[in-house]
Amino acid sequence: MQHRKNVSEGLMRGLFLASACVCIFAVGVICYFLFANGLPFFAEYSVWDFITGTEWAPTRGIFGILPMIVGSFLVTFGALLLGAPIGVLTAILMARFAAKPVVKIMKPAIALLAGIPSVVYGFFGLKLLVPFTRNTLGGNGLSMFVASILLAIMILPTIIQTSEAAINAVPNSYYEGSLAMGATHESSVFRAIVPAAKSGIVSGIVLGIGRAIGETTAILMVAGNQARMPTGILSGVRTLTVNVLLEMGYAADLHRESLIATGVVLFVIVMAINFLFSFINRRRVMQ
Amino acid sequence: MSEATAILPEVDISVPTKKSLHLGSRFLKALCWVAGFVAIGILLLIVAYILINGVPEFFYRDEQGALQFKSSLFAVKYSSRNLSMLPAIINTLTMTLLSLLVSVPLGVGGGIYLAEYAKPGSKLVKAIRVTAVTLAGIPSIIYALFGMLVFVVTLKMGISMLSGALTLGTMTLPLILRQTEESLLSVPMSYREGSFGLGAGKLRTTVRIVLPVAMPGILAAVLLSIGRISGETAALIFTSGTGTSIAGIADSGRTLAVHLFKLQEEGRAVGASFAVAVVLLIIVVLMNALSSYIARKLTKKG
Repeated sequence: MQHRKNVSEGLMRGLFLASACVCIFAVGVICYFLFANGLPFFAEYSVWDFITGTEWAPTRGIFGILPMIVGSFLVTFGALLLGAPIGVLTAILMARFAAKPVVKIMKPAIALLAGIPSVVYGFFGLKLLVPFTRNTLGGNGLSMFVASILLAIMILPTIIQTSEAAINAVPNSYYEGSLAMGATHESSVFRAIVPAAKSGIVSGIVLGIGRAIGETTAILMVAGNQARMPTGILSGVRTLTVNVLLEMGYAADLHRESLIATGVVLFVIVMAINFLFSFINRRRVMQ
Repeated sequence: MSEATAILPEVDISVPTKKSLHLGSRFLKALCWVAGFVAIGILLLIVAYILINGVPEFFYRDEQGALQFKSSLFAVKYSSRNLSMLPAIINTLTMTLLSLLVSVPLGVGGGIYLAEYAKPGSKLVKAIRVTAVTLAGIPSIIYALFGMLVFVVTLKMGISMLSGALTLGTMTLPLILRQTEESLLSVPMSYREGSFGLGAGKLRTTVRIVLPVAMPGILAAVLLSIGRISGETAALIFTSGTGTSIAGIADSGRTLAVHLFKLQEEGRAVGASFAVAVVLLIIVVLMNALSSYIARKLTKKG
């Protein structure tokens, strides 16, 4: 009896351990398959031409993804320009200014914003924002501008939730100390609490950048997806993610490999951003 | 005194004149309210726009002018005439169930290991944590490539519900793992001590005493995962594909989100698209509401 019990204890412990290790295994498999299928492309096509080429013409064997790299960063930058101030200010509002009942309504609302599927965001953008832009600003509406607005909305919850947590984590003594020095409630918030939460807020924004660079479906539906250098905020744009989703369905041979290589470039960028995020976080914990 | 200066290194204590201090900070405070209204306003706009345009699509007027329910939207077989979403709804349920069959056992098991068995700070635990964070940060289009290369091509599962579910199972794994670990860690030590004191072993203590207490937290994570699975498009298009019928495990079948994406891509049936968007929105709102309800109950108890 005792023996059997020990066996099942050991067995279950092993099973728990194995399922925990699935994470390591999965990351390993993802990296292996991505690189094993993407890197051979560079044996046939120079990395430099791939990354700095401004022309994307798979039928003629020309694979330059610079327009997509630029596109990804421009769309993300636009999203930050709109989303970061709104997100951080909303977080400050929820953490320090709004009354409890108001916060109680806002929290689930922000969570809901995070839960709306990206295809629904894309649909909303396509049906409302695109025609609106076409009628007010000109162009055909399928543009970097609309993609940035949509992305800004989509990263709002990430920025708000992370920033709010960072602001709430600031010790109350900061606030009390500031009040004791004769500062008002408002200036204590903006001059004592928010600066102290700065690194947490920054890490929330970095997390938002990661989300924005990786977003696919919503952008594909509203950005026009022309594979050339964007010329203005109303011009169409294609991101790295969209490039993969758009052409993977019918691509073959070298073209297919070039798309997986596009995935590799995206993967490296996202990993760099995630690394930056955990670096900021670690420094904050050490402080 | 020395303690106070230690805690307050960054506070700007030069008190400005009262007026300037009020103006600047008051202005920022007003901006905060503006931002808050914009954030909530956007949500209301999206929800209202989808509902106002989508709900009428479920009805039509017959010859007598009476309002009728458009049951063709829920026909068993999809055709380009009826644009039925019933197959997609059933596929979404199948996909959710299959994906959870992958991610819940692995996530809960892994969470139990991290919270109850692992030595904190060991190299293995660190590696598991880092990879879980990495998995959570990988964009869905990379999961699409992973699912296509690994399950569809290498393991020869083809474009099927199974390939899609394994992909989404991997995608939702970190969410469930981390939430399980956190919920288990928040269970007071005294529960375990009490159980050990009565002679129960480690396994029995974990499964019978600690796990049930942590259940609401785990359930909240499962509900969030359901929301993510039913809303996913990019990762599914090349793994479970876009088949229009009710799919078995080995068949290609589109979920609701993919259905909406394809309807849009084919450029037809704006009305039916709005109707699908309504159903998707309802699913997400429901899952979110349930999840936060459970979370609230949890904090009340604690």
